[in-house]
Amino acid sequence: MPSILAASTAAASNTAPFTAPHVEWGKLSPMLIVLGAATMGVLVEAFAPRAARYRLQVGLTLLALAAAFAAVIALHDTPTSVAAAGAVAVDKTTLFFQGTILAISFIAVLVIAERRTEGGQDAFAAQGGSVPGSQQEREAVRAGWLTTEVYPLVLFSIGGMLLFPAANDLLTMFVALEVLSLPLYLVCGLARHRRLLSQEAALKYFLLGAFSSAFFLYGAALLYGYAGSVQLSNSDPHNPGIAQAVAAHAHGPALLYTGIALLGMGLLFKVGAAPFHMWTPDVYEGAPTPITGFMSAATKIAAFGALVRVLDVGLAGSVDVWRPVIEIVAILTMVVGGILALTQRNVKRMLAYSAILNAGYIIMALVSTGHDALASLLFFLPTYGIALVGSFAVVTLVRDAGGVEATDLSRWAGLGKSAPIPATLMSIFLLAFAGIPFTSIFVGKFAVFQAALAAGAPQLVIVAVLASAVAAFFYLRVIVVMFFSDPMPDGPTIANPSIAVKTALAVSALVTVAMGVAPAALLHLSNAAAVLAR
Amino acid sequence: MDTYVPILALGLIAAAFAIFSVVIGSLTGPKRYNRAKLDSYECGIEPTPQPVGGGRFPVKYYLTAMLFIVFDIEIVFLYPWAVAFDALGWFGLAEMVLFVLTVLVAYAYVWRRGGLDWD
Repeated sequence: MPSILAASTAAASNTAPFTAPHVEWGKLSPMLIVLGAATMGVLVEAFAPRAARYRLQVGLTLLALAAAFAAVIALHDTPTSVAAAGAVAVDKTTLFFQGTILAISFIAVLVIAERRTEGGQDAFAAQGGSVPGSQQEREAVRAGWLTTEVYPLVLFSIGGMLLFPAANDLLTMFVALEVLSLPLYLVCGLARHRRLLSQEAALKYFLLGAFSSAFFLYGAALLYGYAGSVQLSNSDPHNPGIAQAVAAHAHGPALLYTGIALLGMGLLFKVGAAPFHMWTPDVYEGAPTPITGFMSAATKIAAFGALVRVLDVGLAGSVDVWRPVIEIVAILTMVVGGILALTQRNVKRMLAYSAILNAGYIIMALVSTGHDALASLLFFLPTYGIALVGSFAVVTLVRDAGGVEATDLSRWAGLGKSAPIPATLMSIFLLAFAGIPFTSIFVGKFAVFQAALAAGAPQLVIVAVLASAVAAFFYLRVIVVMFFSDPMPDGPTIANPSIAVKTALAVSALVTVAMGVAPAALLHLSNAAAVLAR
Repeated sequence: MDTYVPILALGLIAAAFAIFSVVIGSLTGPKRYNRAKLDSYECGIEPTPQPVGGGRFPVKYYLTAMLFIVFDIEIVFLYPWAVAFDALGWFGLAEMVLFVLTVLVAYAYVWRRGGLDWD
């Protein structure tokens, strides 16, 4: 016993005095605002009376997103640096991603908060815990309850998304991955109609997502074994990060290769790239449509941000190792997305496969670690995201009897005659997805294809152009069904949305067209933003 | 190799204790028959016969388990802080208060929503 005591006092006297790490609160403020508001939202759920919760939550959510966006704007001149003891990189790319995620989330929350299309009810189950079809559920619906927990959950998810592309070490990135994913699994299962389908989607998403998280974590552990650090990059020579270890060829490559593979699987799952795309159609179809719009756009942007940081900062030195794999994944994703979208009869599933196809285009920009490739990716993501939010917002308007969304394509026949405005808006988004000139995604695609050509990957561009031709068919088919066929006698009704959703739709459509006609401002911004803290 | 000897010794002691307990229990303990003793221990849930499809049981068990984990994790972080709180100073105190407050927010939500009532 005395010897143990002596040893412990000796150990205590040997340790250096504790110095508190320096935390740059200002540089982290966008994330802190959003996560702080989410915590406030939980308190609102706990203490505010039921009748006041909806207004409080929506107000708090929109205010927090606007404040965080203002914080991003205020930070735009920050010199490239790392914050929180090297855990978070604050550079132009981070701020661009954070600004994009916040802007798109703001529009998505306008759609999520919609109650007017269903007479005071929103798109979420009256009581998430009630068994579908039970007496308890009917009573909750009759009492007009709302699951206002959705708003704090969405805010938590956005907080994770803001951290995901900013994380400069793999553990922080993993925490961000979980913070963004866990709330999404929950809200995916909360649809008001077709609740069993929604819960099935949530369970599938959760199981596959947990699986992919485990892959990510194992990859991070192996890279730590290789580099002796979880930091993607650290310029301190006494404390080298993964990038420095890769550059110095620290150890045998086996750990590095397996680490890259496992980490890549975890991240490619989140962006919905083939062969890790299986969850996408089921989850997009089952989730409440406003949530589908939010997560398909915002999650994808955040996940591509993280992928860029891992590949371009941490693993840039081993580009020869992962580039062929990324090329194959890009081709596979475009082929799978393009061909399977052809066979879909459901609008939400069609958009899901179109999301896979577009993920393939974006992955093309990853084959090069150069500035132009990153700039093209930064241009593509916001334009694509906003069109996606807009298109899912249109889907929420087309309703069958009983308020269930009419997502079967045949039900959309003649929509151009019975509801010209939603049909026209949908056409704008679909034409943009198809990459028709004078739409934003045409410019984005052009930039991405150019970057891939400059990186010496013409085979990708050939596949992408062929896939675009196939894609044009299924996008235009929806437009043909809407405008060139007669309405059904018992066709769906078009909900008259509130001013918030009208604003969201108008902004999405305007941005989609404006960025196609006059893309110079955003091109300039994305060019200037393509600076990573290495 | 010498550094692993204590681990080996610990394993041997643990095994010896387990064997000793089982043997001494079977030799000296009274043997009174009770059906319940032959059941597997399942926290109050009837383990057999298994109803079709696994049957249903109250979701309250999950709720309690999750709450336990929340506080468990909190304690895991509080212990090292409590041991070194004088060295960590004001920074450590501020961080810990922030951490405990966020857990408290979750706790307040559970309390207000009746998660702590068993019935």
